[in-house]
Amino acid sequence: MELLQVLAQQEPGELAEGLTAVGRGIVYGAAAIGPGIGIGIVVGNAITAMARQPESAGMVRTTMFLGIAFTEALALFGFVLSFIVAG
Amino acid sequence: MTTPASSATGVPAGPAPETEIARDLARRAVPVAPVLIAACGLGWGIEGALSSAYAVALVVANFLVAAALMAWAAKISVGMLMGTVLAGYLLRLGALTLAVVAVRHAAWVELLPLGLTLVVTHLGLLVWEAQHVSLSLAFPGLKPRAQKG
Repeated sequence: MELLQVLAQQEPGELAEGLTAVGRGIVYGAAAIGPGIGIGIVVGNAITAMARQPESAGMVRTTMFLGIAFTEALALFGFVLSFIVAG
Repeated sequence: MTTPASSATGVPAGPAPETEIARDLARRAVPVAPVLIAACGLGWGIEGALSSAYAVALVVANFLVAAALMAWAAKISVGMLMGTVLAGYLLRLGALTLAVVAVRHAAWVELLPLGLTLVVTHLGLLVWEAQHVSLSLAFPGLKPRAQKG
């Protein structure tokens, strides 16, 4: 009931503004989870490869760095979307 | 590409490949930046050009910081590398968010060119670098050498 009273006192557009902020947070948060998991998989497998073949560690680290950066691009998409779509 | 392994940590000694790639990416950003800045300038005026330049700087700084963190952690241990990469991801994403949030209401900022340049520069530089790296990994003889004279 109190919530309804609070909502009734809102200026027009305030609710939409608040919901936009919440939506922006959800988009950004969801977009950051996937790359986090992906980066964990990339680094975990790279470490396994380095442990099995230490002599190829240079190549593995090179590929790992690029893999991490590509995975991170997904988070950037979410970040940019959350700013651009919400305005 | 093989590098000798250090006896203490199992992590290779010598120059860190991440740092080399990040420097290479920064070098490649030099000819790309004016094109993107000019394109955004044409579309959104001086604010677009400034926002685009800011985005290119953010992307290059992101790569350099990531490489520096990984190179530092790899010298210690592979466990440290794992932790640093994951924590570094969160830290860099947070720093990037702060860097954009701090200027988003500034008069010289246009969010659309800023965001577009962030994504295009990040992906474009990576694709360019990956093409170069995959070529030199598959055919070491084709790896570009430093020009003399």
